[in-house]
Amino acid sequence: MSRGQLLAWRIAVAVVLIGGWHIASNYPVFGDVKTIRFFFSTPGDVALKIWKFFATGMIWKHLWITLEETLLAFVIGAGAGVAVGFWFARQPRVAAVFDPYVKMANALPRVVLAPIFMLWFGLGIWSKVALGVTLVFFIVFFNVYQGVKEVSPVVLANARMLGMNERQLLRHVYWPSALSWMFSSLHTSVGFALVGAVVGEYLGAASGLGYVIHEAEGTFDVTGVFAGMVVLSAFVLIVDHGVTLIEGRLMKWRPGAGEGR
Amino acid sequence: MTPASAGPCPAIALEGVSIVFGAGASAYEAVANVDLRVAPGEFVAIVGPTGCGKSTLLNVVAGLLAPARGKARVGGVEVRGVAASAGYLFQQDALMPWKTALANVSVALEVGGVAPAEAKSRAEKWLARVGLARFAERYPHQLSGGQRKRVALAQTLIRDPAVLLMDEPFGPLDAQTRGLMGDLLLSLWQADRKAVLFVTHDLDEAIALADRVVVMSAGPSSRVVSRHVVALPRPRESADIRLDPAFHALRGAIWSDLKAEVMKAYGEQFGEIAP
Repeated sequence: MSRGQLLAWRIAVAVVLIGGWHIASNYPVFGDVKTIRFFFSTPGDVALKIWKFFATGMIWKHLWITLEETLLAFVIGAGAGVAVGFWFARQPRVAAVFDPYVKMANALPRVVLAPIFMLWFGLGIWSKVALGVTLVFFIVFFNVYQGVKEVSPVVLANARMLGMNERQLLRHVYWPSALSWMFSSLHTSVGFALVGAVVGEYLGAASGLGYVIHEAEGTFDVTGVFAGMVVLSAFVLIVDHGVTLIEGRLMKWRPGAGEGR
Repeated sequence: MTPASAGPCPAIALEGVSIVFGAGASAYEAVANVDLRVAPGEFVAIVGPTGCGKSTLLNVVAGLLAPARGKARVGGVEVRGVAASAGYLFQQDALMPWKTALANVSVALEVGGVAPAEAKSRAEKWLARVGLARFAERYPHQLSGGQRKRVALAQTLIRDPAVLLMDEPFGPLDAQTRGLMGDLLLSLWQADRKAVLFVTHDLDEAIALADRVVVMSAGPSSRVVSRHVVALPRPRESADIRLDPAFHALRGAIWSDLKAEVMKAYGEQFGEIAP
């Protein structure tokens, strides 16, 4: 399939879905239009609502808050994950002691932590950041741990023979290896940072995309919910694209990255 | 400083080296009581059947592996920890995949305290010497197997190590590339004759390159079976030297020693071979 054909098919899928929605909510084909509108709203109304979000400028504040929470959660979670991952990989005894606790903490569904974080950090952004951190930390931690453990023994022996000391090995061998593993999980971890932020907002906040959606739900404003979801999806796509760009720059030594092998 | 024995101090010396893996009942003695000396400027090749522990001997000289008994010396100094004065060319890919060819070579100088700018310009010269001047900015995965070996060769030689240890370095390459790499190695070596210990399972390669060929027995408890002097003239070229009648005579003599060991090694692995 060529690029043009692919794009045409993708647009066709959107047209069929939105067109079907439009017909069902405007013409009595599948039943009472009023009932359908109550539960599903209409594409026109949703589009209008989104336009209003941006025209009045009310959405920017919420987008900014969510972005801020996502980035903070990612940076703090990834930083802690790299540090602890490195520490555990270089100190097998520490890793062995903490192993069951790490597994236990990771097995815990993070949503149950949300009320506690709200109690600890309040209703502002930090309770959402904390929730995102608990999600991001484990992904990055496991990847970095693996990355440091699975450094090729030959590359390591060669680096030693080149006269590298422990500090130089860390800088030239362990660190790049761990980073490459971290970046392989970048999409997942940024996605989880966002999930943490939105779920946190949803459960209790005064701003952010999760709050916008939750507020609309509270008044049975289905149009508002759908509009919020569309904006959220677009936001995720843009953030993900940004991640892809960063990845391409930093990971160009990797087979398959940057040159489409 | 120098050992009590007469004559010049050997560049590499193995004295009664035994290598044991594991402990107790499951202990496996790979190499038993090996004595080997490589004189300064001498190129010695070790041949032996698969699994005879020839690579582990290199690791002992390099200081990557501690022998169970005996000791290794490089330049008369007993090896403890990694032997800083030895250069090691590995069989597998050992380049750092996240560094370009140039950075892989220059880092070998930088870790020794050479300023980055100077390290870079010297690395460029070395890449040119191994014929890769145009590939400096490529990453290892963008190079062919032979090109990666050339980078590894430059990376090892730029540090100007006192001795060179080579573990079937050209093993993974195809026959033609292997011949060319052998010639490249000899031409670089000819310039400042370092002592070389070269492990291979390819007898032709061993004779074409070395001054002396050492045959090891099949494992376990592998030992030195015989030593042969290769009195072929230098400089050599791998394609031509193989046509020399002296090459064939020598090959026949060494092969008769090696063949018995190879058959024994196969017997160990697969039981008796039917005639």
